[in-house]
Amino acid sequence: MAAEPKASEVEQLRLRDRLARLRALPLLGGVGVSKELERLERQIEQIAVEPSADEVWHSVDLARHQDRPYTLDYVERMCDDFVELRGDRTFADDPAIVAGLARFRGRTVAVVGHQKGRDIRERTHRNFGMPYPEGYRKAMRVMDLADRHGYPILTLVDTPGAYPGLTAEQHGQGGWIARCQLAMVGLTVPTIACVIGEGGSGGAVAIAVADRVLMQENAIYSVISPEGCAAILWRDASEAKKAAAAFKPDARHCLELGVIDGIVPEPEGGAHLEHDVAAQLLSEGLGVALEDAERVDRGQRRVERRARFRTMGVFTG
Amino acid sequence: MAERYEAVIEDRREPADDDGKKHPNTCPKCGSHYRDDELEANLRVCLQCGHHYPVGARERIAQLADRGTFAEQDADLRSADPLSFFDLKAYTERIAQAEMATGLGDALVAGAAAIERRPCELAVMDFAFMGGSMGSAVGEKFARAADRAAGRRVPLVTVTASGGARMQEGILSLMQMPKTVAAVDVLREARAPFVTVMTHPTTAGVLASFASLGDVIVSEPGALLAFTGPRVVQQTTREKLPDDFGLAESNARFGHVDAIVRRPDLRPYLGRLLALFADERDGG
Repeated sequence: MAAEPKASEVEQLRLRDRLARLRALPLLGGVGVSKELERLERQIEQIAVEPSADEVWHSVDLARHQDRPYTLDYVERMCDDFVELRGDRTFADDPAIVAGLARFRGRTVAVVGHQKGRDIRERTHRNFGMPYPEGYRKAMRVMDLADRHGYPILTLVDTPGAYPGLTAEQHGQGGWIARCQLAMVGLTVPTIACVIGEGGSGGAVAIAVADRVLMQENAIYSVISPEGCAAILWRDASEAKKAAAAFKPDARHCLELGVIDGIVPEPEGGAHLEHDVAAQLLSEGLGVALEDAERVDRGQRRVERRARFRTMGVFTG
Repeated sequence: MAERYEAVIEDRREPADDDGKKHPNTCPKCGSHYRDDELEANLRVCLQCGHHYPVGARERIAQLADRGTFAEQDADLRSADPLSFFDLKAYTERIAQAEMATGLGDALVAGAAAIERRPCELAVMDFAFMGGSMGSAVGEKFARAADRAAGRRVPLVTVTASGGARMQEGILSLMQMPKTVAAVDVLREARAPFVTVMTHPTTAGVLASFASLGDVIVSEPGALLAFTGPRVVQQTTREKLPDDFGLAESNARFGHVDAIVRRPDLRPYLGRLLALFADERDGG
């Protein structure tokens, strides 16, 4: 096919452009912990070097680590005050998504995030971070509130996916994931999303249609779980490692493909080792991205947000 | 005494290896069988039991658009292979095979058309092309169709049939969800009407993006419309699922679709809708 080299050239250009933008964006600058920054910069330098299957799988492991900080762990460390808002005003409150108003770096923001549980009881209560449609309706309700009052919105993404259950389907899982994305496209306030663990498929992207999208260093963002992909394409779920290496859900690849705007560094060895440091780094990353997004004129945000997602994809013709 | 013959009737042929798989022209519901031309003339609906057979994109367009009005756009648009994806086969090979089998460039065909003399943009998916999966080409073609409809201020009619996002394009296929959603936002701002016809199956990433955002959503009878299909729900939750799980009829009962429209009624139904949407007076 004659079009092939053209496609890869375009890709190269996109990558270089993205890297230039990343360096221009002071997102990775100003971080208090210089050791992490240096390490990350070295990684970014090596971005052209393909991460090995083992490195990709290491991210999958860390993203799902049982001691990894979850949304509320970050909120209590990053925000001075947090008032949780519950319920979708229609049917139920979904504990797999938390939402509320908080004070972040001296200002009021709305926070929306998936929430996993740490022990068996809480895990069940939080449904392993897998929302029902009610969770997305709650997210929409709180985002609408923030939009009317002019509060920026921070979303933290950490879910294996939207819940695949009978009542979730009956309540319109697909439709509410779609409507939550549409609501985010139309917001007039600045919005920052960060994948802090598992960015699992539609259930993740539902709350990640933001002006700036970040990923923590060891987070993953993917169209399907490695196990699911392996079960379908390899017809064997135990080929998950192979599948992950093929569809590349790690932060470096997502940056390279232009899906995210920046990588938020984690403490050496992963966020699970030092929650406080991880929260400080995340706060720094979100803060810088927010300042950047705020520079856009309010009336222009919807247009730019559409444009951000409109350019995603690689095709010829 | 007459001689007696022992006759043993035994079929020594190997059992057919498509055991259980019926001929594509045989109705999976009632077993009626049709010639190709009969099926096509019946809009691929079983005359005995009303079962709706799958319809390819080109044939669907012929069923819906006024004769000679369809002008295809972006026919040369193709997905690239950003991940150099290889599972049991190279992604590029899978695309080439799908193209050979269907004669289509990807799983969506789009262009300008008229339905019952009303101008519109028409974007039709084809399940035969890699399960109607949505990758970069499908997302881009849909977004361009939405842009054209918004620019011309005519309705966008889309017919969906998809298993969801195309895994071989990894995270970029997931990004086609917000991309197509953003395209619907453009449509809405331009006040161009958006009608979705969900056909069997419309699931996962396509259901959870543009398909569910129609101003009017209709479905064909018996179509599976689910974010997660029954097999995975069953495996994950071990719940006992009702027989009509995720089907159009169940979706109608729970309020997710406006109407279930039989295929022979689809074109007149769309014609009536487009006529109502054609009133440009501003009542507000």
